[in-house]
Amino acid sequence: MTPNHSTITLPKPEVADAVEPPVERNPKMSAESVSVFYGDKQALKDVSIKIYDDRVTAFIGPSGCGKSTFLRCLNRMNDTIPSARVTGKIELDGKDITSTAMDVVQLRARVGMVFQKPNPFPKSIFENVAYGPRIHGLSSSKSELDGIVESSLKRAGLWDEVKDRLSESGTALSGGQQQRLCIARAIAVDPEVILMDEPCSALDPIATAKIEELIHELRGRYAIAIVTHNMQQAARVSQRTAFFHLGEMVEYGKTSEIFTNPREQRTQDYITGRYG
Amino acid sequence: MNSAAPNRWTADAMRKRVRRRYSSERWFHAVGLGAVALSVLFLAFLLTTMAAKGFGGFTQYEARLPIDFARSDLFLDPATLRGPEAAQTVAGADIEGTLTKAASAAYGPQAAELFGDAAVNRLSSAIVANPDILKGQSTLWLPVSSKVDVAAKTKGDDKSEALVNALEQRQSLRRTFNTGFLTASDSTDPSAVGVWGALKGTFFTILVTMLLAFPIGVLAAVYLEEFAPRNRWTDMIEVSINNLAAVPSIIFGLLGLAVFLNTMNLTRSAPIVGGMTLALMTMPVIVIAGRNAIKTVPPSIRDAALGVGASKMQVTFHHVLPLALPGILTGTIIGMARALGETAPLLMIGMRAFVAAPPHGITDPATVLPVQIFLWSDEVDRGFVEKTSAAIIVLLLFMLAMNGLAIYLRNRFEQRW
Repeated sequence: MTPNHSTITLPKPEVADAVEPPVERNPKMSAESVSVFYGDKQALKDVSIKIYDDRVTAFIGPSGCGKSTFLRCLNRMNDTIPSARVTGKIELDGKDITSTAMDVVQLRARVGMVFQKPNPFPKSIFENVAYGPRIHGLSSSKSELDGIVESSLKRAGLWDEVKDRLSESGTALSGGQQQRLCIARAIAVDPEVILMDEPCSALDPIATAKIEELIHELRGRYAIAIVTHNMQQAARVSQRTAFFHLGEMVEYGKTSEIFTNPREQRTQDYITGRYG
Repeated sequence: MNSAAPNRWTADAMRKRVRRRYSSERWFHAVGLGAVALSVLFLAFLLTTMAAKGFGGFTQYEARLPIDFARSDLFLDPATLRGPEAAQTVAGADIEGTLTKAASAAYGPQAAELFGDAAVNRLSSAIVANPDILKGQSTLWLPVSSKVDVAAKTKGDDKSEALVNALEQRQSLRRTFNTGFLTASDSTDPSAVGVWGALKGTFFTILVTMLLAFPIGVLAAVYLEEFAPRNRWTDMIEVSINNLAAVPSIIFGLLGLAVFLNTMNLTRSAPIVGGMTLALMTMPVIVIAGRNAIKTVPPSIRDAALGVGASKMQVTFHHVLPLALPGILTGTIIGMARALGETAPLLMIGMRAFVAAPPHGITDPATVLPVQIFLWSDEVDRGFVEKTSAAIIVLLLFMLAMNGLAIYLRNRFEQRW
């Protein structure tokens, strides 16, 4: 963040990037010198990043650069990999999430996740969305649960397409619909942060456009971090972009600056297509 | 291809290679078809032999016998016959002598051995059911002895054949469905034997096996696959379980004998011990099948559930286990079918005893169908031959019914993704 931005007074609403919060604002999540090891191999080296709650933050970089690994640190999904070891400090609202005091089940409810491949449960559409609220006890009655399911599906832009067939299997939907169902499932537990791990890589351009539109609509309500291979996508949906390369975070800044005026040569090379 | 020369697809060498590929494909096709045909042939042979020999066991020849109870030596008090001890009273009477006398009177002295235990049983229950027949003369159809039955069905000794001819000329012989075979238990007289006792014993034994092996096996599989840390101990346990599945069943019988009978002093010949022994044998099969089924559940489903904040336990029991259930059930069916047909371990724990009364619970002495078949096949009396085949048919039907049920259940639980 450059100092001259702290004095901006007139936001330009049509440009997503223009709304610049004051520098001293507390970040939603912050990572400080996070490193990840798979056995002896270091997959992530000293990454420090701050994620704010009304912005979309994109992580870009070539395959194997550690961007997905970093994303999975943010809700401790790396816990499921026995050989993975995470060092450094990751905070959610100023509370350390890597400590044993942080309940991982609650953390994952507060920091939801959407995966690369659409992975609805092989259950009905209703059950897919209702599962999270049900296990967390978020509704006290059937009608309340119905309400949560409906509003989640509406926010995910799927309600009109599935309202007449909620009892059909979630796996019977098309790929794009399945991914939106997964987003509905994630927002049904009312998370504070949504992590998206290449959510469009298995989708066609039309479904991708719908998801991107959805990300725009969800911004402001949730802090969103998205990993993507697709640089145009990062430019379209995000306000902040972090470029990863070989396990290091090379550059992090406003999306417009990363794409138009990167500070690092490696970033320049990547976004101009010299490698990756 | 990086070589400078272009590939010549029409060259002779290339054509020959293609022809060779096609001919090897045809060969494989023919060999595979041959293997299938051969196994179908064997199966057909087995089933037809079984059916041809076994169906006789489900029928029984009966002879008409006029008895004049008033002139017989049968002295039974009509008052006791109406009381609760009627069956014991009749059992104490000389029913066999009465039959011998009546048969000799009706068909001559060579018919003295026309009737066996089955006829005695039938007449006894007829008297208990209706004591009034003792007052006068009546004509009854009674099952003939095993010797005569064999002579009537196939070829018996000369004396019996002559008797059969004589009876047939007087139209005093008929073939009926042998209900006794399904309702009676083991006996020394082949005309009176039945599979009911063995069937009940099998049912109780399998019940015990299932109740023990299924939950323990599935939970062990779930723990090993989902919760256990990956280390040397887990590896060792895995290897041990794989080895256990390959241990000959007789060894499990010895284990059951040593542990359940000699150390724990449980009842000999009881379905509970048999079931526990078979459970030891079946459990490794279920664990292995269960682990494989759990492994095939896509990790993305686990991620999805973890991602909305499900605990490890909820992931396992809400998602992984239901998705793995069809596979687990398949493994269980295979394990149960093997347990159902098992003889050797049960011989070791005393389930080969002669048990004439059907068991009423899991602690009563009992035998099971495969052991019963083994015992009958060992008998000298020719009457047991067709009973053995008939019992095999009953066992196969029992197995088919069980597998059918299991497959039905499996298909109901099956989910696709």
